[in-house]
Amino acid sequence: MQQIILALVIGGAFGAVLDLIGASNPSVLGKMLSLKALGIMKAILLAIGLLLILTFGGQMAGLVDVGHMSVKTAETGVFVGGMILGIGWALSGYCPGTGVCALGSGRRDALFFVAGGLIGAWAYTLAYDSVKATGLLNPILGGKVTLGQVPGAKYDALFPALPGDVVGIVLGLVFIVVAFVIPERKAA
Amino acid sequence: MTVSWKLGGLLLGIVFFAAILLVKPIGVSTQFVVLDGVIADMINPDTIVAGAEGPSSPVSYFNKYAKDIANPWNYGFVFVVAMAIGAGISAAARGAFGGEGPVPALWRANFGASPWKRYMGALLGGIIVVFGARLAGGCTSGHMMSGMGQTAVSGFIFSAGTFLTAVPVALMLYKQEG
Repeated sequence: MQQIILALVIGGAFGAVLDLIGASNPSVLGKMLSLKALGIMKAILLAIGLLLILTFGGQMAGLVDVGHMSVKTAETGVFVGGMILGIGWALSGYCPGTGVCALGSGRRDALFFVAGGLIGAWAYTLAYDSVKATGLLNPILGGKVTLGQVPGAKYDALFPALPGDVVGIVLGLVFIVVAFVIPERKAA
Repeated sequence: MTVSWKLGGLLLGIVFFAAILLVKPIGVSTQFVVLDGVIADMINPDTIVAGAEGPSSPVSYFNKYAKDIANPWNYGFVFVVAMAIGAGISAAARGAFGGEGPVPALWRANFGASPWKRYMGALLGGIIVVFGARLAGGCTSGHMMSGMGQTAVSGFIFSAGTFLTAVPVALMLYKQEG
């Protein structure tokens, strides 16, 4: 029950924030991806930077449970799948999460995006065994790894000599600097 | 954007952090598979079968998510439903429920006002996006935000692939700003 309440609260807040920053507006996303207006990119970079600093700073301070980390496997399929997703993201202006939000905020075209998403998931379900047979889903670069070795985490590191929490904080600062430096609009 | 990028980024960062602090990193695209599984099980009840070691499925990809398909009202699925509700409340509160009608401004400027053309673009986009997300094992939330936010190598690989195609395709499609 507690999990369901957390899902409602965090999920609801996530949806509201995505609406507020314009992430569920395909025009905003299309202008970002065609490099016309980068305000939303700045917001995303700032968010990732803050997330890195809060997560790893919190771990160092003993306030964040390292066990809550969930690192996905690095595979060739991650790159290929990302490339496929990117085409559809540019075409529709939606990714899975923002499409669901757009549907909730009454955008009628999002109904077609979500229906398409269900078809895409079904197509992948049918294709799964053949995709697996190609080796695209085999781990690369060590599989479930972080950049540096995070103390107390169950994951290995791509660069085991580096302290993962420090890497995270430094990277977070880099993301935030980039967020501030890139222009909101392309220079004329 | 209705809020500044600084406030927006701050709020977005806090939500993702709250998820990691209290439960686990945010992810969305898995729930499309779960809903497909629920629908498939309604049409053919043999899609998910009960067993001594819990639910399983003869369909290998559904089998990975058999437990969630058998009981979808858990954290991940409720989270995605709550996202839609939260976005709806937010949009209604700022008087923007329904968006700009069926055709977004940028699309209209480049492809005209035909709703069905837009609907077909959104449908095709949805098919491509979620197929790609499942092959990648995650989407913008799980790989890009949560993944890079944990310094996961997979998150960087995903983001590189995504922008490698998304930017050129968007540059090709959206020549007019609208």
